[in-house]
Amino acid sequence: MADTMNNDAFVEFERVQKSYDGENLVVKDLNLSLPKGEFLTMLGPSGSGKTTCLMMLAGFETATYGDIRLDGVSINNIPPHKRGIGMVFQNYALFPHMTVAENLSFPLEVRKMGKSKREEKIIRALDMVQMGDFAGRRPAQLSGGQQQRIALARALVFEPELVLMDEPLGALDKQLRETLQFEITKLAHDLGITTVYVTHDQTEALTMSDRVAVFDDGRIQQLAPPDKLYEEPENSFVAQFIGENNTLEGVVKEIKGDVALVQLDSGEVIQAKPINVTQAGERTRVSIRPERVEYNEERMQDGAFTLKAEVLEFIYMGDIFRTRLRVAGRDDFVIKTRNAPDQARLIPGSQIKIGWLPEDCRALDA
Amino acid sequence: MSEAPTAQTASSHAAEARIADAAHTGPMLAADGTPLKKSLNRALRVQKMRALALVAPLLIFVLVTFIAPIADMLFRSVENDIVSETLPRTTTMLAEWDAKSTDIPPEPVFEALYKDMFFAAEAKLHTRLGSRLNYELTGTSSLFRKSGRKVEDMGEVYQDQFEVQNDFWKTGENWNSFMASDAWLAAMADWKPADGRQPAFELRDGIASTLPATSAAYVQYADFIQNVDEKNLYKTDPWAVIYSSLHEDLTGENDLAAYSGPASAELSAAATAAATFETVNFTEAFAGIDKDWTTLEVWQTIKVYSPKFTSGYFLNAVDMQKSVDGAEMRPENQQIYGILFWRTMVMSMAITLSCILLGYPVAWILANLPTRQANLLMILVLLPFWTSLLVRTSAWKVMLQQQGVINDTLVWLGIVGTDDRLALINNQTGTIIAMTHILLPFMILPMYSVMQTIQPTYLRAAKSLGATNWTAFWRVYFPQSIPGIGAGSILVFILAIGYYITPAIVGGTSGTFISNRIAYHISQSLNWGLGAALGAILLAAVLLLYYAYDKIVGIDNVKLG
Amino acid sequence: MNLTKVLMTSTALTLAAGMSHGQEMADEMTIVSWGGAYSNSQIKAYSEPYAANTGVKIINDESSAEAVAKLRAMNEAGNVTWDVVDVTAADSFRLCDEGLAMEIDFDEQLAPGDDGSTPSDDFGDTLINDCFIPQIVFSTTFGYRTDLVGDTPPTEICDIFDTDAYPGKRSLEKRPIGNMEWALLCDGVAKDEIYDVLETAEGQEQALAKLDTIKDDVVWWSAGADTPQLLADGEVIMGSTYNGRLFSVIAEQDQPVEMLWDGQMFDLDGWIIPAGLSDERKARALDYVKFATDTKRLADQSKYIAYGPARASSAPLVDKHAELGIDMAPHMPTDPANSKNVFVFNYEFWADYRDDVDAKFQAWLVK
Repeated sequence: MADTMNNDAFVEFERVQKSYDGENLVVKDLNLSLPKGEFLTMLGPSGSGKTTCLMMLAGFETATYGDIRLDGVSINNIPPHKRGIGMVFQNYALFPHMTVAENLSFPLEVRKMGKSKREEKIIRALDMVQMGDFAGRRPAQLSGGQQQRIALARALVFEPELVLMDEPLGALDKQLRETLQFEITKLAHDLGITTVYVTHDQTEALTMSDRVAVFDDGRIQQLAPPDKLYEEPENSFVAQFIGENNTLEGVVKEIKGDVALVQLDSGEVIQAKPINVTQAGERTRVSIRPERVEYNEERMQDGAFTLKAEVLEFIYMGDIFRTRLRVAGRDDFVIKTRNAPDQARLIPGSQIKIGWLPEDCRALDA
Repeated sequence: MSEAPTAQTASSHAAEARIADAAHTGPMLAADGTPLKKSLNRALRVQKMRALALVAPLLIFVLVTFIAPIADMLFRSVENDIVSETLPRTTTMLAEWDAKSTDIPPEPVFEALYKDMFFAAEAKLHTRLGSRLNYELTGTSSLFRKSGRKVEDMGEVYQDQFEVQNDFWKTGENWNSFMASDAWLAAMADWKPADGRQPAFELRDGIASTLPATSAAYVQYADFIQNVDEKNLYKTDPWAVIYSSLHEDLTGENDLAAYSGPASAELSAAATAAATFETVNFTEAFAGIDKDWTTLEVWQTIKVYSPKFTSGYFLNAVDMQKSVDGAEMRPENQQIYGILFWRTMVMSMAITLSCILLGYPVAWILANLPTRQANLLMILVLLPFWTSLLVRTSAWKVMLQQQGVINDTLVWLGIVGTDDRLALINNQTGTIIAMTHILLPFMILPMYSVMQTIQPTYLRAAKSLGATNWTAFWRVYFPQSIPGIGAGSILVFILAIGYYITPAIVGGTSGTFISNRIAYHISQSLNWGLGAALGAILLAAVLLLYYAYDKIVGIDNVKLG
Repeated sequence: MNLTKVLMTSTALTLAAGMSHGQEMADEMTIVSWGGAYSNSQIKAYSEPYAANTGVKIINDESSAEAVAKLRAMNEAGNVTWDVVDVTAADSFRLCDEGLAMEIDFDEQLAPGDDGSTPSDDFGDTLINDCFIPQIVFSTTFGYRTDLVGDTPPTEICDIFDTDAYPGKRSLEKRPIGNMEWALLCDGVAKDEIYDVLETAEGQEQALAKLDTIKDDVVWWSAGADTPQLLADGEVIMGSTYNGRLFSVIAEQDQPVEMLWDGQMFDLDGWIIPAGLSDERKARALDYVKFATDTKRLADQSKYIAYGPARASSAPLVDKHAELGIDMAPHMPTDPANSKNVFVFNYEFWADYRDDVDAKFQAWLVK
């Protein structure tokens, strides 16, 4: 789970707890460290504590217990304006009474920077987000995407080493979001800035981050690079939360090394990879990604485990086909197949066999 | 298109084409062939009428309760027809008199004054005019009251002599027989009080050219008897003023010989006799009532205020006066309005400023508290609204007076000595404190509603950008709250300059406002014209400030939330 | 329903409501007075017995302070809603001059005195113009705090101006009437020459100059209740107000206050009937006034308030206070012991000079 003390850590949370009312912990024993230049995303449903963590880092909330360190220095008692952290907000928070240039000039002015130097930096920052022509506009005259670019430029113009982003793309439409996702990642890497990014959009988290911390119930459920997170979820919350997932419930019959035998509630016995089951008799949820399921026996790899299934529904989605099946007594089993010339379109009502490799099938906590 | 029928068909085809084809250059037509613009207008007109009908009640309400009184006030501030309506003959005659001359007007003016005054006294209008002119010249009030009482006797000399000359002149019936038209006499003979209104008096043809002054006086007299007194004109004996007019006509250059109507014999006999009648010198008669009638000032005042409209009230309102030489400043010991206007403006600004200083933090707290606590605090803010003005102001008296709570506390704490207690009331301090208290909610409410719309992320953003708490507030929060301050300031300022009860109660002499003088003129001195002029100036000052505000801050920058 | 119909219906309803109100009016009348203890004394002495005798419902309005302006406004609007109005003598002049008050034939329309005298003889000098029906005589006089004026309390009017002997604040009415006369008197002008002097600009200057000597020590009042309150709070050591108010401070509230019966301003208060009433209302108003100003009723009023009846024939009937049981005669401004040195309000003078002197007085005040 959380990394232990790391010498090259730039941002560190150590045993951080936070409570607002003195009764419930919103953040429970948070340990996290990230090295300089990393793009870390805090992902989780609302109320999971991710935003609170960000606000504690920014200095707008104080930790009830524990230590937050920036570049080795505890910042618990440093006011926000002295932390030198850039921040981008979901609603942009551009000052409506100032022009774009004045907005960008603000952090430089409070740092008592000379006028010519300020102008130079403003121009550079605006060019960086391709908004060079908009210096004289007011925020209200800009579109949402343009405003967020300005907000980004403003957070970067004073060259902070750490930038926090609180769901910055939440209010934008899909296409714009994707463009900006790419731009933000690129900027962060080009400038070598350490970034902590909060979102509840898993696609965003997966596409942008070096590592993703999945939050739930005030804890980090898993901290891992996107591919690992997707393919090797460490518990059923992560498996459910990230991507689409098929779950079959049952009891562990036997564990033999890398293979666990699971007897499903419907009676079938399947093989799975034991992740956090340790002994026979434990209840478990077995998770299989829809795209790892094969129905065409010819394409099934050796050792694939097969089960009977009935086709309930076929959905044509353009690039893929999505088919809903009844498997082991459950109606919500989904498989996804690529729209390729050799791919059959399954007919609802037909009886088929599906199969998967035991290592793609992970036995997780119940 | 040389042939008419072809042209018609062609054009109807063209019309159809135009309906379908928007690219055509001619006017667009609707489906029924009328031009599209016209049918659009018709459709919109119905909508407009409906909208108008919806706002009509408010429009009428505003018109009746707001626009009309203001228009009336503006009108009153220049209206002055009371002089020329009460003294029509005199003001006409005075037109030829040089107001700058050192001589009082000649005898004919006094004779005109006698007639005017006679009718005015009968209608009891002379004292009203006296009060009006007393605003301009002290003493006129009693001068007119006195003269009205005695003017009745002034012309009796003529009446007596005519009646001695011939009994014919004694009765109204005889007078009517030659003054009135035959038609009226016939109608009057049939008239009974039960019929209601008397037939309106009609002058006999030709009598007006023979006896012009008498006719004019008689018509006025008849009108008064019939419509005001509601007596039977046929049986009423004329007033003395008719006799003096008759004397004037008979001794003047009138061609009595040309008159052959009824009573021509009596008239020519009277004409002969009238030449030897004892005459009245009206100048002396008026001087006998009051020597003031022979002073230039009285006549200059009447002449200066003869026109139907006057700038006099406005001149008074700016410490000037209207004289024969035009406008001039009043003597220094009568200048008051300039000081009061200035004081009203300065103190209203001070009140506005203290409302901003006290209200801003409260509004800020309100906007940042959770709703429940905010609502509770809001009740405290609104409390002054729910207390009667007099209770509140009396409470301030108890608090602020020299033996009051605040002074007692300060003495008890040893901050001030018991002999130099602070003067917190009956001066400007008192007015500012009490008015600030009363007007504070008007400042807090708009500020609060504007502050509610300022998201807390702005402050966070500013701090994350490196701003200290103060810089974040001053450069980010405060500028965004200015529209609320602007709205509150305009409200408070405009309310403040119009307040008069509170300044009157706690302001002493140095804390009173121009509105106190306006109230005085409206309710005490009844000089409504001057009150209206002061009000009009105040209105203009407010509009001017409003305009200046718009130019400097921008009226778009005013938000109530 | 279309708009016209709605409008017409509502107009008709309003008219109907107005007419039904008009019919009710047959049995009611609106009497306007000053409110407070004074109105109470009138209600007790006049209105209640009158209502009991005639069954007329009396509506009391407390608008006398703005009576002149309101009557003018009503008159201009052509809708006079008041039937009888209590006004000061000075206001009655203005109302009469403006034609807003009805002229009264005193001998015809008022009750003769109990002693058989005609109304004009009985009222005597209190009949000051053709519209004013006198009711009470009151004085604007000075009260002082016995505990704050040292061992030698003030005995004469000019002690007001003596800030050495009597240091402390004094309250004066915020208008020239009274103050100007006292200033001249205490500046050495003979009492019978005061109005001659006050007619001149120099005389007015002289009076203001005298007032200037105590300007810093004056609290100016505009409501009759102010001075009694200021005296009770110890805010002022002496101050002018109506004698009835001082009586209640002294006799009813037991404050350490005494009255100065010297140089007081003798004034009148009475009824007027607005001009322009319908014959029916006029007749009822006259009937009320005739009843309320007869010898008995005027004497009755003094049971409730320390103002003197305007009729000579009422003076012997002045009795004890209705609740306190004090003999009221010695507290009347008309009592010979109290009226040795009085100013009689010069209505004619002030009707002429009020505007002019008030302008100067106010200009002096604000400087």
